[in-house]
Amino acid sequence: MANSRVKVPASAKAGDNLEIRAMIMHPMENGYNVDTQGTTIPVHIITDFVCTYDGAEVVHIQLQPGLSANPYFSFYLTASKSGPVDFTWTDQDGTITTNSATLLVT
Amino acid sequence: MANAASPEERRSGYTYLSEETRRLQDDDFANPGMLWVEKGQELWRQAAGPAARSCQSCHGEAHDSMRSVATRYPAYSAAVGHVINLEQQINRCRVYRLKAREFSYESEDLLALTAFISHQAKGLTVHAGVDGSAADSFARGRAFFYQRRGQLNLSCANCHEQHAGSRLHGETISQGQVNGFPIYRELWQTMGSTHRMFAWCNEAVRAEPYPPGSQEYVDLELYERWRGRGLLVETPAVRR
Repeated sequence: MANSRVKVPASAKAGDNLEIRAMIMHPMENGYNVDTQGTTIPVHIITDFVCTYDGAEVVHIQLQPGLSANPYFSFYLTASKSGPVDFTWTDQDGTITTNSATLLVT
Repeated sequence: MANAASPEERRSGYTYLSEETRRLQDDDFANPGMLWVEKGQELWRQAAGPAARSCQSCHGEAHDSMRSVATRYPAYSAAVGHVINLEQQINRCRVYRLKAREFSYESEDLLALTAFISHQAKGLTVHAGVDGSAADSFARGRAFFYQRRGQLNLSCANCHEQHAGSRLHGETISQGQVNGFPIYRELWQTMGSTHRMFAWCNEAVRAEPYPPGSQEYVDLELYERWRGRGLLVETPAVRR
């Protein structure tokens, strides 16, 4: 599981627009780089990033090889009720990295 | 002497960056180097070796014990008999205190732990000791800095002293200060140590680079630290 970081405000009022940030440590190899021996480094990327809020999918991003390493996403979420905000990154080989935060809506 | 630059003439690589890159470095979340710092924090607490001890077992909370450590490396080690840098001190601790395997130079783990420890010194001034037992190493480092090398026959000083602030293709030449290392370099798309940067620069002038962790580069690192004395530690810095 890769190293990841997320930022979700701990608490908010219902109706607030919250900035959510997520980042993962990943080389995002695009398949065009060569190693010191001149051998092509195969494509190694994350293919999907999903964020769910209280079980419902709010963001789903499909990643392509053109993205730079350590992809960072920032988006807004409208607070409605208290619940977990879960983040899932899926690697091309099926490895899944998860991270989670709890949002308290008052 | 040309290298006796006054404090106001010394400029961190940060001041040569575009506004966007500076903003990326200043944002503690968006700065990709923080991924390595966080990984380093895990490693700091992670037990290793037969006695299952960690860095924390001896040193306690890094926030207190490692607050200013990075500002004074590379430093002379009486136990080794020559000047070593922070990466080598970390590995010495691992081998002699934890009895664990050492991290290979430029590995993700060593970069992470170095970045984590250096990050504790963020905002403090760099002041490497260059007198006494470190004097020989310092003299060699200075000689390296002024030695022309490679097919392009350029010394470090030719670019980073005589032409700092000038343009080289689309880039502005910086003073080559090392106060932000290990850095997240956008070109590399990853974290890199001072030695990786030295090797990269050496290759850029078509010179055979020394291996990372070599004494030549440790000496140069010591000289570079002295050259940037008074600059603030920025680890993890973001550079192009």
